[in-house]
Amino acid sequence: MAVCVAVIAKENYPLYIRSIPTENELKFHYMVHTSLDVVDEKISAMGKALVDQRELYLGLLYPTEDYKVYPSHQLCRYGYVTNSKVKFVMVVDSSNTALRDNEIRSMFRKLHNSYTDVMCNPFYNPGDRIHSRAFDSMVTSMMIQVC
Amino acid sequence: MEAAAGGGCGSGPPLLLSEGEQQCYSELFARCAGAAGGGPGSGPPEAARTVPGTVTAAAGPVADLFRASQLPAETLHQITELCGAKRVGYFGPTQFYIALKLIAAAQSGLPVRIESIKCELPLPRFMMSKTDAEIRFGNPAELHGTKVQIPYLITEKNTFKRMDDEDKQETQSPTMSPLASPPSSPPHYQRVPLSHGYSKLRSSTEQMHPAPYEARQPLVQPEGPSSGAPGAKPPRHKASLIRSFSVEREPHDNSSNYPDEPWRITEEQREYYVNQFRSLQPDPSSFISGSVAKNFFTKSKLSIPELSYIWELSDADCDGALTLPEFCAAFHLIVARKNGYPLPEGLPPTLQPEYLQAAFPKPKRECTLFDSYSESMPANQQPRDLNRMEKLSIKDTADFPVPTQDVTSDDKQEQNKTRLALKSTADEALPKDMSEDPATSKDSNSLKARPRSRSYSSTSIEEAMKRGEDPPTPPPRPQKTHSRASSLDLNKVFQPSVPATKSGLLPPPPALPPRPCPSQISHHNVNSERSAHPKPPTQLPNYGDFRLQKQDIPHSQPPSKPIRRKFRPENSATESQEPPSTVGPVSAASGKPHAAVQKQSSKQKKAIQTAIRKNKEANAVLARLNSELQQQLKEVHQERIALENQLEQLRPVTVL
Repeated sequence: MAVCVAVIAKENYPLYIRSIPTENELKFHYMVHTSLDVVDEKISAMGKALVDQRELYLGLLYPTEDYKVYPSHQLCRYGYVTNSKVKFVMVVDSSNTALRDNEIRSMFRKLHNSYTDVMCNPFYNPGDRIHSRAFDSMVTSMMIQVC
Repeated sequence: MEAAAGGGCGSGPPLLLSEGEQQCYSELFARCAGAAGGGPGSGPPEAARTVPGTVTAAAGPVADLFRASQLPAETLHQITELCGAKRVGYFGPTQFYIALKLIAAAQSGLPVRIESIKCELPLPRFMMSKTDAEIRFGNPAELHGTKVQIPYLITEKNTFKRMDDEDKQETQSPTMSPLASPPSSPPHYQRVPLSHGYSKLRSSTEQMHPAPYEARQPLVQPEGPSSGAPGAKPPRHKASLIRSFSVEREPHDNSSNYPDEPWRITEEQREYYVNQFRSLQPDPSSFISGSVAKNFFTKSKLSIPELSYIWELSDADCDGALTLPEFCAAFHLIVARKNGYPLPEGLPPTLQPEYLQAAFPKPKRECTLFDSYSESMPANQQPRDLNRMEKLSIKDTADFPVPTQDVTSDDKQEQNKTRLALKSTADEALPKDMSEDPATSKDSNSLKARPRSRSYSSTSIEEAMKRGEDPPTPPPRPQKTHSRASSLDLNKVFQPSVPATKSGLLPPPPALPPRPCPSQISHHNVNSERSAHPKPPTQLPNYGDFRLQKQDIPHSQPPSKPIRRKFRPENSATESQEPPSTVGPVSAASGKPHAAVQKQSSKQKKAIQTAIRKNKEANAVLARLNSELQQQLKEVHQERIALENQLEQLRPVTVL
């Protein structure tokens, strides 16, 4: 399902990034990095509209592209931005199952909830990397749902 | 070192044993086999296995051992089946080792299956009782903070050597000395009377987890190098915990049989946690905010990631605040971690908030005892933490007579306290504690309590402090004396006002129109009118006398001399009567009655004059106050206008 999940801070540095398979991690990092531009573009496209009116889920960021190493996989990138400008980027492998938009939304919602749980921890300083085990386990569950 | 299990029994897979496991298992096997009268089984297992009948562990001791592992019976059956003993009919070394591994797996919560023993497992735990002929298990040299227990003191002499390590540390550690009696102590140690055990435990738990965590670190560190086995420290510290657990568990075995004894909170600890909670948050049914808890737990000197993980485990509802059961769970985890236990992967069932709330029901208690207990306990627990002393708002106020606000809060707290559990043994220990530290608590309380906050409903201490400041005394109102109008001096004001009223020469205060002195008016024979008109009456009723007045004026005495007037009524009367010849006879005629009347009138005069003076003073003061306030109002208006201007200027900038 989700091949890579990344949480990007407001200042565009990663708070959490994890991908499977663990090889070629750099490629996923690069993909996420390039997606950030698209995310920013979508945010700024809202213009003067108030934050409340902007929807959190951004949808497909980039047209699907073939993944060079595993030619059978098609990777789609989805984006999601919170009200505090924290971005979630998810790279999904759409070859196995055609993921519906709703499923992606629910995954992002879970991510967002786990992220807020991490925030609630007083020992977590905003801006640190996320080491929460609960968060890890949630991401793991998202990643190996089908695999 | 591998045991070739595939050779004989044919059921087990190759068994990988670590050094510690190897040692432990071989010893255990030796015991079991030795008890059966067979030869020592410490030889290489594979060698022994090939010859059936030479080295086997008898079923009796083995069964005892398995029972001591505190696993349920069906699990043990499963284990014996799996290890192949049932099939082959006896416990060879291989079977025995497999069985031990399976026990370890079961105790760690893994399913009893052959696959489970392939992974790294902690050593199996065996609870020993006095009646057991078995030796205690434990491997001080091998511990690396895993869950090996050193449950009880031994009674057997043959294992005294192994105890030496423990003993050395124990005797060195002052905290453990009351508890860690040497093994040669009477064997009935393990059933130490509860009260003794609890009181000792309390003292040791207090020392073990004192409020200033720093004190423990130096305590722990010197003993570490001395023991030489870093893992030995945790068992020693754990020992008291575990003793408390086990002593606790025996009578309460009706509760669910959780294998995770270290995660069970005893009454002692529970009380301690509750008191700590109350020191941070007076209302036990409320919660502690994240920042407060963070400051508190940071004092434990654990690393931030660990604290973060503990928080994650304990804050079940992830709301950023800790209720009482959550707080107890978190505290317990911290304590366990400090004692060397590794943090669990998930919140143990005994630390779940529901379990904690259910396990400690809230019976009705003698509230007074609890009140006094709670007041002294926090003081007891935190002798050095003055910050927290300041927060003992509600308990402190209960010590002293306080205004009604706190009385109501006390009632509320009593209701809350009835919901918390206390054991009678705790009560026994209470008077001891109270007698120990009433002085210190009261002193510090008296020092800190009075000026400190009395509010109880706020969640943050700062708010409590702020709110607490309000009830005692509002800031004094600006005095009637000058705050701004320094030129106006009250003294100067009413002094001239008096002569002005008296003489009529000086300009009277602006509020009053100029009028003749009332004393002069009342000087005459209109008694009733005078009394009826305490204020300077109009000139009409005394019109007739006004002419007298006019003539009297030049002769009127200067101000504040009604006394003189009083003493010289006749003189003044006669004096005033003589010059005005026209009214001479009148005045002369009225001279004597005047004399008689004047005494009364002078008194009344005096009264009226003082009244008038006071009223005029008050008037003047209020008028001045009014002017000052008007000034302040103007200034505030101006400030407001300025701020609004600024806001207007800034407003377009903030729009995104």
